[in-house]
Amino acid sequence: MSYVIEGKTGSWEIVVGLEVHAQIVSNSKLFSGASTTFGAEPNSQVSLVDAAFPGMLPVINKECVAQAVRTGLGLNARINLESRFDRKNYFYADLPQGYQISQFAHPIVGEGTIEIELSSGEIRKIGITRLHMEQDAGKLIHDQDPTKSMVDLNRAGVALMEIVSEPDIREPEEAGAYLRKLRQILRYLGTCDGNMEEGSMRADVNVSVRKAGEPFRTRCEIKNVNSIRFVMQAIEAEAARQVEIWESGGEVDQETRLFDAARGETRTMRSKEDAHDYRYFPDPDLLPLVIEQEWVDALKAALPELPDAKRARFQSDYGIPFYDAGVLVAEQAVADFYETVAKGRDGKLAVSWVTGDLFAALNRTSKTIETSPVSAEALGKMLDLIADGTINGKIAKEVFEDMVETGEGPDAIVEKKGLRQVTDTGVIDAAIESVMASNADKVAEYRSGKDKLFGFFVGLVMKETKGKANPALVNEALKSKLDA
Amino acid sequence: MMLTGLTLTEARAGLAARKFSARELAQAHLDAIGRLNTQLNAYITVLPEQDVLAAADAADARYAKGEAGLMDGLPVGVKDLFCTKGVKTTAASKILANFVPPYESSVTARLLDAGAVFLGKTNLDEFAMGSANITSAFGSVLNPWKRKGDDAALVPGGSSGGSAAAVAAGLALAATGTDTGGSIRQPAAFCGIVGLKPTYGRCSRWGTIAFASSLDQAGPMTRSVADAGLMLEAMAGFDEKDSTSSNRPVPEFSKAVGKSVKGLRVGIPAEYRAPGMPEEIARLWEQGIAWLREAGCEVVDVSLPHTKYGLATYYIIAPAECSSNLARYDGIRFGERQDAPTLDGIYERTRAEGFGQEVRNRILMGTYVLSAGYYDAYYLKAQKVRTLIKRDFVQAFEQVDVLLTPTAPSAAFAQGENMDDPVQMYLNDIFTVPASMAGVPALSVPVGLDSRGLPLGLQIIGRHFDEETVLSVGGALEAAAGFAHKPTLHAEAGV
Repeated sequence: MSYVIEGKTGSWEIVVGLEVHAQIVSNSKLFSGASTTFGAEPNSQVSLVDAAFPGMLPVINKECVAQAVRTGLGLNARINLESRFDRKNYFYADLPQGYQISQFAHPIVGEGTIEIELSSGEIRKIGITRLHMEQDAGKLIHDQDPTKSMVDLNRAGVALMEIVSEPDIREPEEAGAYLRKLRQILRYLGTCDGNMEEGSMRADVNVSVRKAGEPFRTRCEIKNVNSIRFVMQAIEAEAARQVEIWESGGEVDQETRLFDAARGETRTMRSKEDAHDYRYFPDPDLLPLVIEQEWVDALKAALPELPDAKRARFQSDYGIPFYDAGVLVAEQAVADFYETVAKGRDGKLAVSWVTGDLFAALNRTSKTIETSPVSAEALGKMLDLIADGTINGKIAKEVFEDMVETGEGPDAIVEKKGLRQVTDTGVIDAAIESVMASNADKVAEYRSGKDKLFGFFVGLVMKETKGKANPALVNEALKSKLDA
Repeated sequence: MMLTGLTLTEARAGLAARKFSARELAQAHLDAIGRLNTQLNAYITVLPEQDVLAAADAADARYAKGEAGLMDGLPVGVKDLFCTKGVKTTAASKILANFVPPYESSVTARLLDAGAVFLGKTNLDEFAMGSANITSAFGSVLNPWKRKGDDAALVPGGSSGGSAAAVAAGLALAATGTDTGGSIRQPAAFCGIVGLKPTYGRCSRWGTIAFASSLDQAGPMTRSVADAGLMLEAMAGFDEKDSTSSNRPVPEFSKAVGKSVKGLRVGIPAEYRAPGMPEEIARLWEQGIAWLREAGCEVVDVSLPHTKYGLATYYIIAPAECSSNLARYDGIRFGERQDAPTLDGIYERTRAEGFGQEVRNRILMGTYVLSAGYYDAYYLKAQKVRTLIKRDFVQAFEQVDVLLTPTAPSAAFAQGENMDDPVQMYLNDIFTVPASMAGVPALSVPVGLDSRGLPLGLQIIGRHFDEETVLSVGGALEAAAGFAHKPTLHAEAGV
């Protein structure tokens, strides 16, 4: 275990489990037909069901169920063909029904696993306990009126997946890696956009500490942390707080806490005494959710290739290193871009262009892979020009920069600028002779044994040909003339 | 025969034969409401006369074109638990005193599609919680029946007491009710009319204000068994907006009455011979058994061993569901709000002032039985017992086609009686609750008067989705009993 807290009484390890709330990508809400678009005018996406008008009833949205099943399959998890919805009862102004419809006792997805990779390169497995569907609440707005709070119900009833991990996480870095990997899988599946700023993915973090070999001690839950960095900071701060309490002879209370990012500390949200009694019971408005194995199989057959599988395939299909393949599959759009470039070409050359020159250019121009000024097709075409000898690697850099700037295709740029590689041996011989003539002293030195000057001559010949000479031909001709 | 004394079937025939118009029929009922509703308090809201007459005129036009629907031109009352578009819907609660839904419940929409003419919204126990119609925020409903030589104000039963009183007194040809533990059948028995609780899932619950979702079921309250079949046919059917509604086809229920019942097996459950059952009710039950035997039925003794747990189980499950269903009445989005400086303050004041005592009792009971530490002992155990009760019925129906029992353990009682002890009041539902728990259809048919001149009913319980057999047996019982008594207060009386 690499992460330990050194306390006065010895070393402490941390035990962390994460509950991630991920908004399901769907056109309409979990139990109503209202739209789910982010950023609409307040209360413009609210049906009578969402506002819990008298006599309104929930009807399950099948697409949300499909998304939950896809996610379960993507997490290598057991799919429960029968699951149920329960009511979680509490009063709050953003909760129109006075209860949240959730899956408490019988979730749709059971145990699964996620493989994460640490910066050391170590691969670890984190267990998934369960995934269930539930309704999101609305939003309270407090800054519109000095004495009143406003309620926006656009989000009320939007479908969420709560994905609960086992308490398998032992380092803040692992928590970060877990969240990144989970987000990556969700994005590949298209079941959650993973956008933490917009709140479509948020985490509740359960933290406890213990001495090596001990059973679990009391945990605290840090609610609603909305960035991966904050999750890692919150774990560190909370673990340190708990160690201090235990070491000073105190007792950690099981409670719900909030992370104050500005101060870098957690503070009490509600204590165990104030904990809600949610009075869960099966929602009598909904029948048990029964799905067919054939339907699950069909969803499974239609799943996209997931990051781990893609990474392995890139390694074998394109002969690129594990590390590079990992960089490429981090985002599906990058992986797709790479694959378009690499297909039928030199995979290693493709990876160096994509993760090298292309990433640098995107960085410099503040663009993303989706808005890249150079299309995958154009970059591929440029690699073709290198492969067929039309341009050499050095000229390719120049062509690429022009592509970034103008968005033109590599053919057009080569023609426009006359960058076609010189393979005419007559031209090359003439350039060599001219270089040798004006550097007679160096030629003498070379011939007296100073081999290192060979590179010097190559440079001059390339300069003479404005960099367009075919380097292999130059080498060959130069060698024979100097050694003559 | 006056227009307010007809059955649906008679009125439909009269309209089809153009003996009278839908407008005349509607006007006669509006007049009767004008004369009697102040006394009976059967309606919370009477629709504006011009709206009622306009609906009747539209029905007349359809009759003229020969396009009349199943319920065309028939003036009916709607229990004020069904949301009606643009018409105030209160659930007899102060908290919804001025609530006007922008939508029409599925059941009332079907009735409107069938051509029914709505007269108004009938009174009920607040949120359908009660057995005497004394918990309404809009005042108690008076039973139109009187005891012989006694002017005491009697209760109409509940919770669909306004519907029962309106149908009995000639203020509607029929009315919708809802039944959670007996709320159609018991008031039907108390008011001398027919009441049918269909199989759970037969009628959509969408747009009907929920009391206990796993039990609530809409049904017809009428003057004849055939009418109950006719009206159920118009009300029932699959609704994709209610996940618990059944997609079974709706049979022609109106044709079930009059079918021979010869050879049907009628079960008499031993457990319904409750100690302390009034002699008159026991005797009437025997009479009912004799009538059905004469009609060719085979009578069989059966056992429903978990009956004795029915009421206790019901008073755990129904309040549990109600405590959650009624959480939405918080004054935030609709309904009456009492302002306070804090959110909790708004909840406390709004709900304390908006809900009556009985509703608050049940919310408290329901909250208690779902609480951590009590859930297993109460709610979970009640669910298990409910499964056993349901199994009792399923097993009994392996031997028999229907069950025959009394509807209620007494005739209508006076306002003020049974009121000190809520449990005494809850005992009214002792014979009706088990069928609700099992979700099976049950029909109350008026079969006679007690020695003080008050109507008594018998209950026929059938298999899941076998309302047809229930209606056939009910029809046979009705024919044998020949119940033709009228209440003291009636649109035809004293005009």
